Amino acid sequence: MKTNDVILQTTTNLVFFIIILFSIHIFFAGHYAPGGGFVGGLLTASGIVLLLLAYDIKTVTTALPINYTVMTAIGLLIALGTAAGSIIFDVPFFTHAFDYFDLPLLGKQSLHTAMLFDTGVYLVVVGVTMTIIQSIGDDD
Amino acid sequence: MTNLLLFPILLPFFFAMILMLFPKKILAQRILALFALGSTLIASVTLLIKVKTDGIQAITLGSWPAPFGISMVSDMLSILLVLSSTVIAIFVVWYSFSSIGKERESFFYYPGILFMLTGVNGAFTTGDIFNMFVFFEVLLMSSYLLIVLGGEKVQLRESIKYILVNIISSALFVVTVAYLYSVVGTLNMADISVKITQIDQPGIITVIAVLFLLVFGLKGAIFPLFFWLPSSYAAPPIPVLALFGALLTKVGVYAIMRTYTLFFTLDQSFTHELLMILSILTIVAGCIGALAYFDVKKIIIYNIIIAVGVILFGASQMNEAALMGSVFYLIHDILIKGALFMLIGVIIAITGTSDLRKMGGLIKSYPMLGWTYLIAAFGLAGIPPLSGFVGKLLIIQGGFEAENLWGSIFILASSLVVLLSVMRIFIYAFWGEPIEITPLSKRHYRGLFTPALILVGISVLYGVGSEWLVPYMSDAANVMLNPSQYIQAVLGGA
Repeated sequence: MKTNDVILQTTTNLVFFIIILFSIHIFFAGHYAPGGGFVGGLLTASGIVLLLLAYDIKTVTTALPINYTVMTAIGLLIALGTAAGSIIFDVPFFTHAFDYFDLPLLGKQSLHTAMLFDTGVYLVVVGVTMTIIQSIGDDD
Repeated sequence: MTNLLLFPILLPFFFAMILMLFPKKILAQRILALFALGSTLIASVTLLIKVKTDGIQAITLGSWPAPFGISMVSDMLSILLVLSSTVIAIFVVWYSFSSIGKERESFFYYPGILFMLTGVNGAFTTGDIFNMFVFFEVLLMSSYLLIVLGGEKVQLRESIKYILVNIISSALFVVTVAYLYSVVGTLNMADISVKITQIDQPGIITVIAVLFLLVFGLKGAIFPLFFWLPSSYAAPPIPVLALFGALLTKVGVYAIMRTYTLFFTLDQSFTHELLMILSILTIVAGCIGALAYFDVKKIIIYNIIIAVGVILFGASQMNEAALMGSVFYLIHDILIKGALFMLIGVIIAITGTSDLRKMGGLIKSYPMLGWTYLIAAFGLAGIPPLSGFVGKLLIIQGGFEAENLWGSIFILASSLVVLLSVMRIFIYAFWGEPIEITPLSKRHYRGLFTPALILVGISVLYGVGSEWLVPYMSDAANVMLNPSQYIQAVLGGA
């Protein structure tokens, strides 16, 4: 039995992008304001969960063909790789580096390797959350 | 290389991630898992040599000054444990090839083992009490996976108990660290050791010491807190059981030894007395269990509990002989428990049952297995040229030196019970009337038996060459007796 949920789906199409934008904002704000990889990842995952609620699992996996286990592993690799970069420079593990750069449009910004580590965290959080929800949802 | 001491943690971690990318390609999983463990072994041996020549290695992550960042410290005790856990992991993985089955192998079995080794090695190496909690969680999470993987009914039931107990003890760990932090205001273990002597609040520190004993006692299965262990460990398949039996309780034992020699040295007449009494009760409880069962798994599992008691008795004596004996016995026990679990795994595979009363006469068809088991059993009980002897001798010597006559006599008596319990397996399974068995294929049998045989060989070498190992063990005991070395290595000249 399928009810007509055109209102839910239309709202979702709109709100999904707002959630994703907000999660990216939260993710980049992490260094100077509350936020970071963990909350950002959870927000992104909640956006995808909203899609799952409005549509079904099959539609969402066709729209976003992502293997979330691989995503988790890649996130872990990015996080470890960032921390292990210090091995090449022979300084203690997890030593971060940063500098200021003049970026087009954004102007002078500081770029910090902690950002890369946070990217790893972000991917792991999205990957793990979606793995849990999908594998529970898939079970019939 | 400033980062050398992190390699035994990072290598299994890195390869576990790589293995997550292609869970269904079993051959690649096996080869890479062995390669990962081999490289970890090389890194640990290099580190062992480095620690032996240059003394304690310490590093504070992120180039922060010592008490503010997370310190990782590798002294003789921790590197010896890291080395022996890596050795065990190699043999368990090898043994798994012919025993664990394709279904499990294609569902993240090898990544699970590598993540667990990451946690174990990390817990042995860390110099920060909260970081130790995190590494405990890393190894526990992986052990949750390994205990439930396969989804048999008994595994599901026991994993619920196992997870429940460990979550409660982890919560207690956090609470205890919170208490300690509110008293001393630091989490770095070397710094805690300094602050505890400065703040002069023996009462609350003793309470925290007992709480830590409760926490690590739940992980390491000491007397009133071992109730979860026997049935939980009997649930998973044999290689997982060998890994758990050899490593998991030892992490708890290591944590007790570390905290009780580094932090809580002020009120020894209470804390170490308590530890001693509990360890003797642990031995008694373990002995009763080891004699009570006709199930081979249960007999060896209760022997884990006896060994935990023996090691902690040594640790509670706080003199050089007993501490050195504890380190000797700790490593012996890691090796021999791994070997024994693998051997009874072979026996169970041959007879198709773990009930002793349904076995018999195996010595006729599998003589080599029988004699190997006999040597392993003698090693466990501590018959002189074999591996269990020196450790127990030193522990008892330390016990007499500290004038704990009765405790030492209990340890001696427990050796007899240990011998009796493992000889019962030998007598029931290998002697007597042969029973109907469906013989294993040659290849399958060899795949199971060879790793166990080599591990027994290593433990024999460990016993015969103990003279040669003494400098390493006495280094390890020295750091525990003189925490100032440890503190100096972490905090510098302070």
